[in-house]
Amino acid sequence: MSKELNSGIPTDSEVILGILNNSDSVLKRLYVAYFPMVLQLIINNNGNADDAKDIYQEAIIVLYNKVKTGDFELSSKLKTYIYSVCRRLWLKRLAQMNRYGGDIKDFQEFLSVDDETEKNNERDIQFNKMGNALQLLGEPCKTIIEDFYINNRSMQQICEDFGYTNADNAKTQKYKCLQRLKKLFFQQN
Amino acid sequence: MSDNQLLEQIEKYLNGEMSSDERARFEVLRSENTDVNKKVAEHKHFVNLIKQYGERLELEKRLNALHSEIDVHSLEEELMIHPSWIVNIWRNHHSKISVAASIAIFAVLCTLFFTGYLNNKEVNYVRLKSKVEQIEKTTSALNSQLNGLKHSGKNSNPANFRGTGFAISSNGYIVTDYHVVKDADSVYVQSFDGKSYRTKVIYSEPGADIAVLQITDPSFKSFGAIPYAFKKADTDIGENVFTIGYPRDAMVLGPGFLTASTGFRGDTTQYQVSTPVDFGNSGGPLLDSKGDVIGIINAKETHVEGAAFAVKSSYLLKTIQDIPDSLKGDLNINSKNVLAGLNRVQQIKKMQNYVFMVKVYNQ
Repeated sequence: MSKELNSGIPTDSEVILGILNNSDSVLKRLYVAYFPMVLQLIINNNGNADDAKDIYQEAIIVLYNKVKTGDFELSSKLKTYIYSVCRRLWLKRLAQMNRYGGDIKDFQEFLSVDDETEKNNERDIQFNKMGNALQLLGEPCKTIIEDFYINNRSMQQICEDFGYTNADNAKTQKYKCLQRLKKLFFQQN
Repeated sequence: MSDNQLLEQIEKYLNGEMSSDERARFEVLRSENTDVNKKVAEHKHFVNLIKQYGERLELEKRLNALHSEIDVHSLEEELMIHPSWIVNIWRNHHSKISVAASIAIFAVLCTLFFTGYLNNKEVNYVRLKSKVEQIEKTTSALNSQLNGLKHSGKNSNPANFRGTGFAISSNGYIVTDYHVVKDADSVYVQSFDGKSYRTKVIYSEPGADIAVLQITDPSFKSFGAIPYAFKKADTDIGENVFTIGYPRDAMVLGPGFLTASTGFRGDTTQYQVSTPVDFGNSGGPLLDSKGDVIGIINAKETHVEGAAFAVKSSYLLKTIQDIPDSLKGDLNINSKNVLAGLNRVQQIKKMQNYVFMVKVYNQ
């Protein structure tokens, strides 16, 4: 199996280009290539396979955002970078759960990546708030907002889907929803 | 302009859906009204956040789909470092093991506490008074009865307790341990050459464990000049010392070293010495290599090999000073040492007549 994986490992520059181009196949090869390494780290340091999945996906998202925003400079091997981010995230998680014994078994070399995970953490908090606010918003507002702002559907389509008599009504509804969403979002601490 | 209309304008503006005319007008409004300007920035940020949130959800969905294609279980089996069984036992049961260990320690401490082990000094500290065994006594009594049939009038009366004592002046004053003569009905001393004298206890100092005896026997004349003197100052650790005493019927030498300047549990009135002593050595003199008396043997630690204790000679001198004049009579402590410079064999030869077996009788 590992042989098959090895042959599928994308080069580092391939990964960066692939992320910029939203390539599904590169993302898949990237994901499959480094997951065993992270799984090994987590399950041998007081974690289980689900923890490994969470941590690994978080690290991929960190990488993904960094590449997308254009401030990713490859100063080490991508493998080392991913391992370091996962290691950092896992240590933090262990400390939160009070399961950190002060000692971690390492399987790769790693670098210090503190500020990267910090930045991601802030964004996660914002996204959490947004998710909560959308839940609280309820239907049909949630779907209207999602369709318009996330799925980029036109007001005309939305108007038909929801059976509004004219687009103006739908628009008014949308703005009301947006105002409420803002209120819900900023009410959270 | 209502809030909704303003929002609509802002959205149009941000999406670039305004005609150049409208755009110019809106920009004027924006520059004149800071409130509107702020709202534009706010809205832009918020809509961006919604879009990014959507992208994140999408990415997570993609990653989850990828994840579901991986056979995590077999990978896990392959990559897990299997720790040894003892580590596994500890990991699975460490709370139970900890509780069991705590209970065990607590139980041991309770047992020690209630049996008095933690506060009973006497357990490992024994006075060196020799108690002659009951069985020995009855055997001797039988023997004496048999002897009595053959040699009528011979009085062989074994002592209840036995210790050692030594002369401090030539006219019949002897010092021994207080615990040897405590509760005595009568006290006899027996010299190296077998002569036995009746004595009485004229003074005792239980605090320092010292008792002074005087020979009251009419047959006693004088010891002659005593060969050893008494040291006033403390002796240093490491000094070559020896004691002689009567742990059994014959006189026994105990050579050794002074090993500590305090006694059992830090008692400053005593020395610790490393010398073989046994029951019956109590009250024996402890001498340094020059032949000065530096202490009186009084106890040993039962669980430590060769740890014996001796009352310092300075406390002996102090006790003698404290004797009231009415009891003191003509007690003049010897201060002339003629043993210095002699070798050990000659020193012992010279002093053996001044060390006595103390025999104590009571009911």
